[in-house]
Amino acid sequence: MIEPGDIPALPRGVRLHFDRVRDTWVLLAPERAITLDAVGHAILSEVDGARSFAQITADLARKYDAPAEEIAKDSAGFLGALRDRRFLDVTQ
Amino acid sequence: MTPPPPIAMLAELTHRCPLSCPYCSNPLDLARIDLELDTGTWTRVFQEAADLGVLQLHLSGGEPASRRDLVDLVRAARDAGLYTNLITSGIGLSQRRLQELDAAGLDHVQLSLQGTDAEMADEIGGYRGGFDRKMQVARWIGEIGFPLTLNAVLHRRNLHQLPRALEMAQEMGARRIEVATVQFHGWAMKNRDALMPTREQAAEATRIVGEARAALKGTLVIDYVPADYHGDYPKRCMGGWGTTGLNVAPDGQVLPCHAAQTIPQLTFENVQDRPLGEIWRESAAFNAYRGTDWMQEPCSSCERKTVDFGGCRCQAMALAGDPAATDPVCVKSPHHGALQARAQGHAAQEGATLTYRDAPPKKAAEPAE
Repeated sequence: MIEPGDIPALPRGVRLHFDRVRDTWVLLAPERAITLDAVGHAILSEVDGARSFAQITADLARKYDAPAEEIAKDSAGFLGALRDRRFLDVTQ
Repeated sequence: MTPPPPIAMLAELTHRCPLSCPYCSNPLDLARIDLELDTGTWTRVFQEAADLGVLQLHLSGGEPASRRDLVDLVRAARDAGLYTNLITSGIGLSQRRLQELDAAGLDHVQLSLQGTDAEMADEIGGYRGGFDRKMQVARWIGEIGFPLTLNAVLHRRNLHQLPRALEMAQEMGARRIEVATVQFHGWAMKNRDALMPTREQAAEATRIVGEARAALKGTLVIDYVPADYHGDYPKRCMGGWGTTGLNVAPDGQVLPCHAAQTIPQLTFENVQDRPLGEIWRESAAFNAYRGTDWMQEPCSSCERKTVDFGGCRCQAMALAGDPAATDPVCVKSPHHGALQARAQGHAAQEGATLTYRDAPPKKAAEPAE
């Protein structure tokens, strides 16, 4: 699980890309392209390798006027799956 | 109906290669060196690919480092907005050239592994000193920090080295390893006696991969291509014909997969004659096996027909003599039993020697006097 103090970062070779042909954001990674929905894009746009998971979810809650616990729950699952696939680095 | 745009393009920049692996996926009829597309044409093709919707570009060959303009091609691909992956044996990459590729924006390197020691790797690659050179290249890749996938190609001769290959991937700092059992197309078809894994080896590899996936979760991602002659259901080849990816051969021919030229019923169009997007949408070769209308029984009434699309068309051609037949790997194919018997027969040929791939011709053969 991702803990509140963990700092997520996109490693080298993983980046956000706007796919103009399909009109959607995608996450490009080694030999993979993952289509992002609006929520996934919003979360990854906040991942900067500096702010902690808790700070990111708090900022998102403020920005989208949504409960922080709910955002944290959704984000943890999404980011955890990316980490398992080595598309996300997490430092403590 | 307009097909969805492709996600990935394999650009076979050249069929030249310092290695001569006996399972090379290049066609037996290798593209002539003097017919290779030039830098400007590839640059245009990369832009057309991006405009078409391609996101991932795989620069392959042969050995792509054999192209003197590789750095320029990587820069052109990145300028077009493509995620750029170099598929290489490492031979031909100096430290300086890797630094230039880094500056040009190369996103990812996939390094092939012919064996886990020099004796095995150099014999399989047919290139003495290749393994030591590759290990040096792997260190430079790590120093620069390129994301790395190790691609271990496995067959009867080296399947016992799979555990060591998994260790090596971790030692090199790779995030990902492809454990690829040889697929029998191209030159590998000439080497089935020498390379066909035994049923026991195939099962052992599946067991090792399963354990390693659990143990290395979050550390090393393992993509696994099992030995399909020993399987019961065929692979979903190319993610479905003409749905996900396309190949451009060194001379500009556009292929639905790298082995498609083995299907004599198909004719292919060339990026020198027509824009890539038109070829993708309209070429008869791409439309031949799109969707499910082309299928025969047992595929056409099968509940798996949109799962695996009947398997591999080139394998159906090679093994059943009909590219629209069910892939004989499938248990429902009338050829399945014969294929399994043949696989066991190939796997029992203990003394079989390797037939190495050739070098591509420089020019057309001179007409006889």
